[in-house]
Amino acid sequence: MQASLSATDIACRRGDRLLLRGLSLDLKPGDVLQVSGANGMGKSSLLRILAGLLTPYAGTVQREGGIGLLDENPALDEHLPLGKALGFWRSVDSTPDTLIAHGLEPLMDVPVRYLSTGQRKRAALARLDAQGPQIWLLDEPLNGLDQDAIAGVGALVDAHRRADGICVLASHQPFPLDDIQMLDLAQFQPDFAQ
Amino acid sequence: MSGTFTTLLSRDLRNLLTGAHGAGAALPLLFFLSIAMLYPFAVGPNPTLLAKTGGGVVWIAALLAAILPLDGLIARDLEAGFFDQFKLRDISEEWVMTARLLAHWLSFGPLLILACFPAAALLSLDGETLKLLVLGLIAGTPGLAAVGVMIAALTASLRGGAALAGLLLIPLALPILIFGAGALARSDPATLGFVGAISLLLVAIAPFAAGAAIRASREG
Repeated sequence: MQASLSATDIACRRGDRLLLRGLSLDLKPGDVLQVSGANGMGKSSLLRILAGLLTPYAGTVQREGGIGLLDENPALDEHLPLGKALGFWRSVDSTPDTLIAHGLEPLMDVPVRYLSTGQRKRAALARLDAQGPQIWLLDEPLNGLDQDAIAGVGALVDAHRRADGICVLASHQPFPLDDIQMLDLAQFQPDFAQ
Repeated sequence: MSGTFTTLLSRDLRNLLTGAHGAGAALPLLFFLSIAMLYPFAVGPNPTLLAKTGGGVVWIAALLAAILPLDGLIARDLEAGFFDQFKLRDISEEWVMTARLLAHWLSFGPLLILACFPAAALLSLDGETLKLLVLGLIAGTPGLAAVGVMIAALTASLRGGAALAGLLLIPLALPILIFGAGALARSDPATLGFVGAISLLLVAIAPFAAGAAIRASREG
C-alpha cells in the first residue's frame, strides 16, 4: 500500500484562540516536511491533528498507512528499567529487540525515571523505528539530543524516506537532512490574531 | 487482539499491584483492616452491638478502601502519552479500559473479600453475617471498580482530580452499599441479587464511559 498524507483547508482552534487557518498539504512516499514556527503557533496541535488525535476546527485529513507519533510524552513506565519499559511496546507491536541498533544497550537496566531527556527521546525513537509505521510524525525530535544523536535522527529519517515512508517533523532547529520541504506556520496565522 | 489484551492486562496488573501508579494493593487492604480494628475501640467491646453493626462497617470500609487506588489509576498513563500511543495503534479506548477495569478489580477486590475473615473475627460477626458479607462483596466490588474506573477517567485531566474522584465515588457507589448492607440488616440473600445487577450494569457501561472520557480529554 502506498503511504500518503494530505490535509485540506485545516483550521485549528485551542480554547478561544484560532491558531491556524487555511492550511493544506499533500505528502507522497519519500517526502519529508519540516514544520516551523514560533512557540505556541500550533506545531504540536497540527501534528496531533495529522495523527487523528485532535479534531480540526475545520478541514479534513486523509491518511493511508500506519501512523507513528513521537512527542514530548515518551509513554514509558517511569519505574521500570528501560529494557522492560520498551519490552511492553515490543509485545504490543510484536517487534524484535531494537535496543542494540540504537546504542541503548548500556541503558537497558536503568529505570526510565533516571534517564535524561535526550535518552528518553532516543528510546522513544527506537520504539517508533521498531513499530515501523509508514507515516512518522515527530514533534521536536531534536530536543535534548547531543550532536551525535542529532545526526543519528537525521540518518534514521533519511532511511525512512528511502523506504518510501513519509515524515512530518516539527522543529525550530535546522534538521540535519538535505532536500526537505519546509512549511512556515506564520503564513497560516489568521489576520485577526489577537 | 486477544494477545494485545493480555499484554495490556499484565502491564496494568503489575503497575496496580506494585503501587507504581499510586497506592498499590497493600494500602487498601491495610486501610480496610484498620477500620475493622478501630471500630471496636471507638464503640466499645460489646459483642452484641458489634455483631449488629459490624457488617455495615465492613461495607463502609470496603467502599472507602476502593477510593484509594483511584489516584493514578488513569491520570498517570494519560499524562505519559500511553492512551495516544494506543490510539495510533488502533487499540480502542474501550478495549484499554476493559483491561484496566479487570486489573483494577483484581488488585483490590479479592484481597478485600479475603480480609473479611479477619475483619469478621475483630467485629465478632456470626457465620451467617460473614456469608452474606462475602457474597455481597463478591457481587459488589466489581461495581465499585467500575465506578472507580469511570470516575478516574473523567477526572484524569483535571488538576486535583484525585481528591475529586474520591468525593464522586461516594454517591455513585451508594446503591451498592444500600443493597449490600441491606442484605445484612434483613438477613436476606435475595437482596444481593440487586447488588449483582447494579454491578453488572456498571461493569457493562464503564469501558464505554471511561473510553469516551479519554477521547474527550484529548480535545481539552
